[in-house]
Amino acid sequence: MSILAQRIRIEPQAEPEPAIERLRLEDVSVFYGGIAAVKNVSFPIHQGEVLALIGPSGCGKTTLLRTLNRLTELTPSASHSGRILLDGEDIDEIVDTELRRRVAMVFQQPNPFPMSIFDNVGFALREQSRRRPRRHEIAPDVDRALQRAGLYREVRDSLDHSALRLSGGQQQRLCIARAIAQQPEILLMDEPCSALDPRSTATIEDLILQLREDLAVVVVTHNLQQARRIADRVAFMYLGDLVELGPTEQIFDDPVEVETREYVAGVFG
Amino acid sequence: MADAAPPLAPPRRRHGRRESVWRWRRSDLAIFALSWIAGMGLCVITSALVAFFAVKGAQYLRPNLLVQSPSPSVSQAGSGGFLDPIEGTILLGAIGLVIAVPLGVTTALWVLEFGRPRWLARIVDSTVEIIAGTPDVVLAIFGLALFELGLFAPLSFGQPGGAFGRSFLTCGIIVSAVAIPSIYTATRNGLISTPRQLREASYALGKTKTATIRRVVLPAIRRDIATGSALGLGRIIGDTAIVILLLGATLQTQTQSSTPILGLLRGTGSTLTSYAFNASPAGDGNAPTKAYAAAALLLVLVLVLNWCVGRIGRIGGPPLHTERRLGA
Repeated sequence: MSILAQRIRIEPQAEPEPAIERLRLEDVSVFYGGIAAVKNVSFPIHQGEVLALIGPSGCGKTTLLRTLNRLTELTPSASHSGRILLDGEDIDEIVDTELRRRVAMVFQQPNPFPMSIFDNVGFALREQSRRRPRRHEIAPDVDRALQRAGLYREVRDSLDHSALRLSGGQQQRLCIARAIAQQPEILLMDEPCSALDPRSTATIEDLILQLREDLAVVVVTHNLQQARRIADRVAFMYLGDLVELGPTEQIFDDPVEVETREYVAGVFG
Repeated sequence: MADAAPPLAPPRRRHGRRESVWRWRRSDLAIFALSWIAGMGLCVITSALVAFFAVKGAQYLRPNLLVQSPSPSVSQAGSGGFLDPIEGTILLGAIGLVIAVPLGVTTALWVLEFGRPRWLARIVDSTVEIIAGTPDVVLAIFGLALFELGLFAPLSFGQPGGAFGRSFLTCGIIVSAVAIPSIYTATRNGLISTPRQLREASYALGKTKTATIRRVVLPAIRRDIATGSALGLGRIIGDTAIVILLLGATLQTQTQSSTPILGLLRGTGSTLTSYAFNASPAGDGNAPTKAYAAAALLLVLVLVLNWCVGRIGRIGGPPLHTERRLGA
């Protein structure tokens, strides 16, 4: 039996209905130059849920994800319309650095900084204040973040070693630890397991399920089985449109839209 | 129970059948041959140079030359060693690097990270190329004209109608210009090849652009900066024209006042290159064997620097960006 198949299946229906709405998208469209990559997307994201964005390549999943913490602003030709509200406040009104501390992100490729394991996590905490905190001041927070990311036991004796020497799975968990060290409200994950082996993937998926207790997680994934395993709700996007959004069971077992049915059935991808 | 299978051994590496070189088109063959000839020719020239000075060094380089100051004498035996030129080389290298590294790195940072308007960034980029292509003697003449202005007297010492203009400081300032292009280019290439994802990861943590550059990008390209600095240092210690015109042409180090450090910086002296030039048949020293010895020592310094550049490339774990492997 494969490692993934052995994992405990968490039934989305068994979870209580998420209550607190953290993020709300209202008619959000994203453009690269004159081309709309995301078209009039609206949906809420709740505390304590994992929302998976699925869809074929180029459908706008990653663009939408990067709009949620305004990383698209780094692309000169990108612009967006509509409103994204974080706890009721328009994200365009929030200072970009503060927004990104509240809406953290983990990328497809593990991207540890060229510094020690401790400093990778400490970097997130250190640069927030004008006065550079000493190591002993941030050490408890660093340890806590590494523990939450399930990495502490593996690296506790080598916190001062270069993060570049960790394995791919460990590097990705380090990136997650770095992202959650600042205690964000939302965690965005752009195909976090696509560069990892099945064992590391299983570890990260377990981690995502644990993290959702404290924050809202939005995951972009190409892996439909993964979406089914970890998501409470699934949003299917196609050609920039949000085709269907609903509970995981419904999207996979009883989709309303034809495109959704064909996509989850593997007719196209 | 069956015996355990022997461990798999890799087979001898072999290629499948390849097309013979002699079946290539003549133009392709010509380029292929020229590449080989150029590469091998350069190897032969460098090997001859190293071998020549290895022989001369073994013949003339003696330990006492490294600890004796040069002294004025008509005979080679009484003209001392080259302790002062060695100290001068180290001091000038240090001054040059102290000026060139911050300038080269921050210029590259500005051009690539903040350079607005773009036309101004392009002009700055071209300026560095112009400096790289400017002959050293031109820089030296300009430096002399500049530092002879009375305004710059504190950098050397004043004299009627202006300043002397020649000192370790003035020479270091101008000689740093020959190192800046190496440092600038290495930093620029490092910045260009830094993975975009690394910056985005920092921005995604809520970091500013400055914090990202200072704490993430610069550490990521420290090897590039170190390599550029080592190459720049090689240019500084190998320079002759600027040293001859701007260091005062005194073989012995002469301080300008009793103030310990400032007096030395404002003083004059020589380096191994200017010493070798002076001692060679082209100079006034008439000590060709010492010129060979100084040149051999200089070559050793350059070879050590080259070795250091190679070592620097391996420090700090795997590179963040892909480096092209040499050879087919």
